[in-house]
Amino acid sequence: MESANASAEGLRKQISETEESLRKLKAQLHQFEFQEKSDSAKTVSLDEHKWPLSAEEYKRYGRQMIVPSVGIQGQLRLKAAKVLIIGAGGLGCPAAAYIAGAGVGTLGIVDGDVVETSNLHRQILHGTEKIRWKKVDSMIASLKSLNPNPAYVAHAEHISPQNSESIVKQYDLVLDCTDNPASRYLISDICILLQKTLISASALRTDGQLIVLNLPPLPAGAEGGPCYRCVFPKPPPADTVVSCGDGGIIGPVVGVMGVMQAVEAIKIITSGKIDSSAEVAGSGENTKQEPTLMLLFSANSSQPFRSVKLRSRRAGCFACSKDSQLSLESLTSGSVDYVLFCGFTSPTKILQPEERIEASQYSKVRSKQHILLDVRDKVQFDICHLDGSINVPFSNFQGGKEDVVDGSSWIPDSLPNDASVYVVCRLGNDSQVVTRKLKEAGLDARGKRYIGDVKGGFKAWKEQVDQSWPEY
Amino acid sequence: MASEDKFNLVVEFSGGLELLFSGRRKLTISVPIKDNEGQAVTVGWLVHYLCNEVMEDSRKNMFVLDGHVCPGILVLINDADWELEGEASYALQPNDNVLFVSTLHGG
Repeated sequence: MESANASAEGLRKQISETEESLRKLKAQLHQFEFQEKSDSAKTVSLDEHKWPLSAEEYKRYGRQMIVPSVGIQGQLRLKAAKVLIIGAGGLGCPAAAYIAGAGVGTLGIVDGDVVETSNLHRQILHGTEKIRWKKVDSMIASLKSLNPNPAYVAHAEHISPQNSESIVKQYDLVLDCTDNPASRYLISDICILLQKTLISASALRTDGQLIVLNLPPLPAGAEGGPCYRCVFPKPPPADTVVSCGDGGIIGPVVGVMGVMQAVEAIKIITSGKIDSSAEVAGSGENTKQEPTLMLLFSANSSQPFRSVKLRSRRAGCFACSKDSQLSLESLTSGSVDYVLFCGFTSPTKILQPEERIEASQYSKVRSKQHILLDVRDKVQFDICHLDGSINVPFSNFQGGKEDVVDGSSWIPDSLPNDASVYVVCRLGNDSQVVTRKLKEAGLDARGKRYIGDVKGGFKAWKEQVDQSWPEY
Repeated sequence: MASEDKFNLVVEFSGGLELLFSGRRKLTISVPIKDNEGQAVTVGWLVHYLCNEVMEDSRKNMFVLDGHVCPGILVLINDADWELEGEASYALQPNDNVLFVSTLHGG
């Protein structure tokens, strides 16, 4: 087994080295071809500076340049623009592909993660052969193959109060493609402080949302488009925030939102709105503030796309009002604690050791009469479950129906009242909550019946008992 | 109460909030023109009505927390942020559309 691992590791290394040299060869070839073309062009045109774009660029971008709202001016603005994409995942991949394809001058990518198999159904710039690559490197390799013209900058770290200023200040326009409230507030704050327009999107299950914030990009105290804090002054309670890993996500749903971010980016750049000085300074009443919209996408709704009108800047906003309490110093010094502000959920730990059973231990008592109560969602239960287990989803317990909590709707009448009940879930958090609820409802028959949870859930089951258990 | 003392409006849930309302994304409800104190019914009244009368799920604090709509939920009246319309004090009109959207964070 160990030698097989070692040779697999060796092969992986060899593959990535070969891919690296292949990439260099392609880049060399591209340079030669480029040289050849411009040499042959010279024989026709004596003045190589006659045109603002190269012959290759006219061909590559021609189809968008002949659209009236882009034109040559829009294309030159794209070429001059520096765009930052924060998050190289389900939103970042499609957004980056179209923005790079459109010919921006510089594209920076921020992400500290590596590519995992569970990313691939939606994070379309990462391929199966790039598992374990840094996401920024994987993404830039794909983007270079798509369009070698832009300058790509890898920031292989997560955005943080400490690095946000030095990264964001290098760019003209920012896309929030991250996946948690703390980074969303941080990115909005730094965009206000550095006067950058922010295109923010998010997605979960079958729904997506998109807002363009701080447009035009104005300093705190000016009247203008809202920041993230104006729209959401308080973060949601941490235990109500659902990640794509827990709630699930349809690939093209988050893809649509990433693509919409690219549409907004191209619109803003080509119309010249990233130069806040150009249009806004002094023009006062002439530039009427367009209302800020939020685009809602619900794949399963009868009206899948919907735009709603949002407020403008909030008087007294922590970040963007004239009473702003935010400064670059307070942000980078860490005195604004985003993690604390948004709260966090720590692993559930509400049961005593004797109320929990190891997965390996449970496998030994399976022959005795008992009930295994699986509290995962039905869709997860349908993917895989243990023979004889009963499925009552966690949400039913939270819903608080009496016959669920006291067991009368799901415990077979034939079960002796001293037969044990074991509760299991995916990771071993929900199972603890349910165990506690069942005991409080008196299902343990004053201690006659053992009720406990399988510690670590099916993750532990896979590790300790059955390696074939599907990990989804 | 006679039917002429009531009017209809459409309430919608999105962004996962429908899961707290038995998976229903859209419902038409009939509300009284005046509340118990003889005042015109407002969105604030509607929020508590939905929480107390319509919501079957016991996780009430995922919709209303400390007497207010839970942070992270946007309320839109006829497709505009309720803060543009006077927030909870907005007096409901026949055929209004009130949309509750829970904010998403995934990406």
